[in-house]
Amino acid sequence: MAEASVLEAAGVSRVFDVSSPWLQRTLAREPHRLLRAVDDVSFSIPRGTTLALVGESGCGKSTIARLSVGLLEPSGGDILFEGQPLSAARAQPGLRRRMNMIFQDPYASLNPRWRVRDIVAEPIRAFGMAKSRGEIVERVGALLARVGLSAQDGEKYPHEFSGGQRQRVSIARALSSDPEFLVCDEPTSALDVSVQAQILNLMKDLQRRYGLTYLFISHNLAVVRHMADRLGVMYLGRIVELGPAEDIFRAPRHPYTRLLLDAIPDLAMIGRARAQVGGEVPSPIDPPPGCTFHPRCPLANARCRVEKPAVTPVGTAQVACHAVQEGRTGP
Amino acid sequence: MALLDVQDLTVEFPTRRGVLRALDGVSFSIGQGEVLGVVGESGAGKSLTGAAIIGLLEPPGRIAGGRILLEGSRIDDLSQAQLRRIRGRRIGAIFQDPLTTLNPLYSIGRQLIETIRTHLKLSEADARKRAVRWLEEVGIPAAGQRIDAYPHEFSGGQRQRVVIALALCAEPALVIADEPTTALDVSIQAQIIALLKRLARDHATSVMLITHDMGVIAETADRVAVMYAGRIAEIGPVAEIVRTPAHPYTLGLMGSIPSIEHRVERLAQIDGAMPRLTAIPDGCAFNPRCPRVFARCRIERPELLAAGATRAACWLHDATVPPLRGAHG
Repeated sequence: MAEASVLEAAGVSRVFDVSSPWLQRTLAREPHRLLRAVDDVSFSIPRGTTLALVGESGCGKSTIARLSVGLLEPSGGDILFEGQPLSAARAQPGLRRRMNMIFQDPYASLNPRWRVRDIVAEPIRAFGMAKSRGEIVERVGALLARVGLSAQDGEKYPHEFSGGQRQRVSIARALSSDPEFLVCDEPTSALDVSVQAQILNLMKDLQRRYGLTYLFISHNLAVVRHMADRLGVMYLGRIVELGPAEDIFRAPRHPYTRLLLDAIPDLAMIGRARAQVGGEVPSPIDPPPGCTFHPRCPLANARCRVEKPAVTPVGTAQVACHAVQEGRTGP
Repeated sequence: MALLDVQDLTVEFPTRRGVLRALDGVSFSIGQGEVLGVVGESGAGKSLTGAAIIGLLEPPGRIAGGRILLEGSRIDDLSQAQLRRIRGRRIGAIFQDPLTTLNPLYSIGRQLIETIRTHLKLSEADARKRAVRWLEEVGIPAAGQRIDAYPHEFSGGQRQRVVIALALCAEPALVIADEPTTALDVSIQAQIIALLKRLARDHATSVMLITHDMGVIAETADRVAVMYAGRIAEIGPVAEIVRTPAHPYTLGLMGSIPSIEHRVERLAQIDGAMPRLTAIPDGCAFNPRCPRVFARCRIERPELLAAGATRAACWLHDATVPPLRGAHG
């Protein structure tokens, strides 16, 4: 591979069985119910860059985060890490330690009974990356310093830290196995804005210094705009638009991307009225036929209601929309 | 006369280790039909301010000082029975999570009719008509049939619409909306904000909009109060607060918000975090994090001072003693 992607997903799907329990199903003669959380999704993340996935609740973005580090197995399609199938890569400690994850809630993702130094040292111990106790202490101290804490903070327990400091501990833990690929699932959405700015700046600094590759999951488009090199917009389990972030923000093509960009309250919007967007995200258990966005789409016509649009290149981006492909500007 | 006038409001929580002052001398007013945004980070006291006004402070929290006047008469010293007559009738409330606001065991119609009949002298049939009209007004499709549905049969966005109908159905003069869109997705959030704005205008209702999301405030509010550590740091018209903030905290807060309009390489960041209630520093509570701190800030607590179009609790705006002299004196 010449243009090395750290992570590559090809036609990945994930289905969850959300049926009622067997007895209830048999008595009520209910069929099996399947939730297609991720449906035929493809993307790749070049080394040292950030791919951001954005979408509303239930669009499958967190499922992709979990699939990307192997916390979930795909129901179909392939995920390659460093050119190898993810399951094979995870079986080799040398590759396994090169990926890690930062979770949304720093109150839930740190063990309250462990001292911070043990939390940060766990991956170092698990991968046998240090020869002696002294070396572990040294590495933990260096990691805490890297995320803006002090080595003495290692003696404390998570409850002694504020939310932002806890997220710094999560980042130190994620960095402790010298990873090159980090999956960040809403890393700042539990934080206040001024603290969010600190964490986002820290993540960018670390990326620059260590050449990290990020898969960044967020519902907040403004945060995504700040972080992303490439952007994927998700709707009901599918990526509807994927391309360079700057291009998508400047000239969004998919009607859903445009709706999302219009809907965001922004500081620049003082006293301005804007186009109303109607409707809500339908249930992923029973998605509409054809293009799943058609009930809310201002451009939907008969074809959109029956035929699922394929992802096709449009300019620098890839878009799954009949109207965009046909050059239609109305229904 | 302002519709709501809050004067020097102080709220305290007695604890075993001493009394915690959660709100410390908060003063502001809301005019008829005005939307006042209250913004701040977690623990700044914004929800507490709302709870104190509506008389829903969780014990042992109590109003330790100051006055709250609604249409000129005091409401901070009323009995629980008197307060019940004010809540819903003169002050409506919208909270963050519509699932916990609505009773899951009653149909939404029953909840609406009960609220309407508690406050207005209407027959069951008239109250029902009024309830249907409110559901239509907040944009529930087929309101006539949906009125007998239960909360779980609605989506999150529709539930919040029902909650808004519930808050407004007795036509209160003031609505306190505490993070009304935080639990919702962005596209739904935009619909709810637009709805709230339209209803407030149509019914000349005043709104106190509490949120941590400056974007929501920028679009909705006429004036903004920025809270920090239990006090108002700055208050003024929304455009000035966003574009030319006078308080260093407001300035830092605005700079730390990533914008959708343009990308910056680094966000402005305020180092540190808001102090805990047990460790509010002397002088200005923001002084340990302030880039423009000088000697006076560490000793003396600033009151709200005129600063251009806004008022800011910051010694930089003390016209009588310029900061340079303060730094050396």
